[in-house]
Amino acid sequence: MAEPRIDVSIEHKNLPEQRQDGKAHPNTCPSCDSHYREDELEANLRVCPQCGYHFPVRARARIEQLVDEGVFEEEAAELRSEDPLGFFDLRPYTERLAEAEVSTGLGDAMLIGQAAIEEQACELAVMDFAFMGGSMGSVVGEKLSRACESAVERRVPLVTVTASGGARMQEGILSLMQLPKTVCSIEDLRDARCGFISVMTHPTTAGVLASFASLGDVMIAEPGALLAFTGPRVVQQTTREKLPDDFGLAEANLRFGHLDAIVPRTELRPYLGRVLRLFSNGE
Amino acid sequence: MANEAERHLRERLSRLRSLPLLRGTRLSGELERLQRQLERIEAEPTDEEIWRSVELARHSQRPYTLDYVERLFEDFVELHGDRARAEDPALVTGLARFGGRTIAVIGQQKGRDINERTRRNFGMPHPEGYRKGMRMMEIAQRHGFPIVTFLDSPGAYPGVAAEQHGQGGAIARSQALLARLTVPIVACVIGEGNSGGAIAIGLVDRVLMQENAIYSVITPEGCAAILWRDAGEARKAASAFKPDAVHCLELGVIDEIVTEPQGGAHLNPDESARMLGAALGRNLDELVGIPGEELRAERRDRYRRLGIYTARAAEPALQPGS
Repeated sequence: MAEPRIDVSIEHKNLPEQRQDGKAHPNTCPSCDSHYREDELEANLRVCPQCGYHFPVRARARIEQLVDEGVFEEEAAELRSEDPLGFFDLRPYTERLAEAEVSTGLGDAMLIGQAAIEEQACELAVMDFAFMGGSMGSVVGEKLSRACESAVERRVPLVTVTASGGARMQEGILSLMQLPKTVCSIEDLRDARCGFISVMTHPTTAGVLASFASLGDVMIAEPGALLAFTGPRVVQQTTREKLPDDFGLAEANLRFGHLDAIVPRTELRPYLGRVLRLFSNGE
Repeated sequence: MANEAERHLRERLSRLRSLPLLRGTRLSGELERLQRQLERIEAEPTDEEIWRSVELARHSQRPYTLDYVERLFEDFVELHGDRARAEDPALVTGLARFGGRTIAVIGQQKGRDINERTRRNFGMPHPEGYRKGMRMMEIAQRHGFPIVTFLDSPGAYPGVAAEQHGQGGAIARSQALLARLTVPIVACVIGEGNSGGAIAIGLVDRVLMQENAIYSVITPEGCAAILWRDAGEARKAASAFKPDAVHCLELGVIDEIVTEPQGGAHLNPDESARMLGAALGRNLDELVGIPGEELRAERRDRYRRLGIYTARAAEPALQPGS
């Protein structure tokens, strides 16, 4: 990995505070230890200028990074999860939902809406890992389905940006049913001949990888993203196999033929613009 | 299970069947909410009953896919291999005769003794298994054969090679192919229908579930390990996510609960097969008359409706976090 950078002066007051829980500051690069002010990181799309590490991006920030200025009309923002099972683990599901909504400012783990990227009209669905690990329950499934329908209605391509730990266990079997549900909606989209570009970011795993995210006409990922049906910890525990260093990473997926390209975040917008133009066939 | 408890379960089931059920529709208003609560009170299986289902569903003597194939179908010809890389014995496919017609069969298969269990990988398919299944689906579509799937898997295999060969993508594409077919498809949940491993062959027109089978997003142990950080809390996890047939019916995930012989399917596999066969035949008869395009549209619509959520009126906007 790259050395800590020495080319910027970091004033003492800008050094990361030591956190009580022992975790590194969110603006400290886990790869090369460089530390950034919020505005520095934001200006570079939350990619470490020193070593290229991709920090996580929240859904609204992602939309801002991708869409033409002001061209995003959110849809289905009013949808909220129910608690069909009265689910209670260490805490009630309803409490976890309320807390996630307050801490993220989102109704659930996905935002959808009508957008334009480099002047190409499209439907955009973006997930947010900060909302309960980006888990897919009834609301995420419904939003993905509505995004497909909105794309079909306007005859524009769909772009999804995924970040998810998988199905939301707190909704039990209904969360599993969001896999076939989203798959059916993607099939409707295909029947209507709308393009579908799947952008997979860290991490895209389990139920989301095993449903709509893997069905893109074009499938791309950010560098270093974990894209695995089962994560490395569980595979290691179950099989006692020695895992390759790049197990499940985007780079390994590209090598094994599961991806079309790895696109750094700084090139994502022009890349999407180019592909969207191809799918709109010059219209 | 004590006869008393079983009688109880059957009574509750028949009562549940006669109720106007909430079939995966969206919640829209207090009335439906109350009705659901009411049904819940009347039909709620106890935690003990749920755990009994978990145990019976995974009982070492429970009939597996090939036990039913052997008892229900004639002229079964097993077909092997994904035509690309490997043969995966954890998922069996083939053609057979049932009720006077040729059908395609796809099902996860567990092993009975330790050698067969290892060979079958405990019913956990690799991507090659799902690709073999997709080969079967294509044959069925080409020749107009109805498809019968048997769901009985702890999950898709979590291994290095499975990931390298595209486990997630294989499960997604298997579902996508099922969503495109115009032949009738019926799934039977006969043991444990767990996670993506099961749903890969579970996107169908009708789902039949045996009364002691379970159908869930994760194993109780897996759920406990994640949410309770202790796999030993599996019982609590099962009570919380409710993988039993009654709850699956209530949520609109399955279409019919198939009764098992007294004490569970393993005590009388022949009788169990007869009961499953009767339900399967009836459902296939209903489906074969429906034009293919219509069938496919209804199939997609069935899943489009699954999910329970609410619409909240716009509130003062919360400031998005950084």
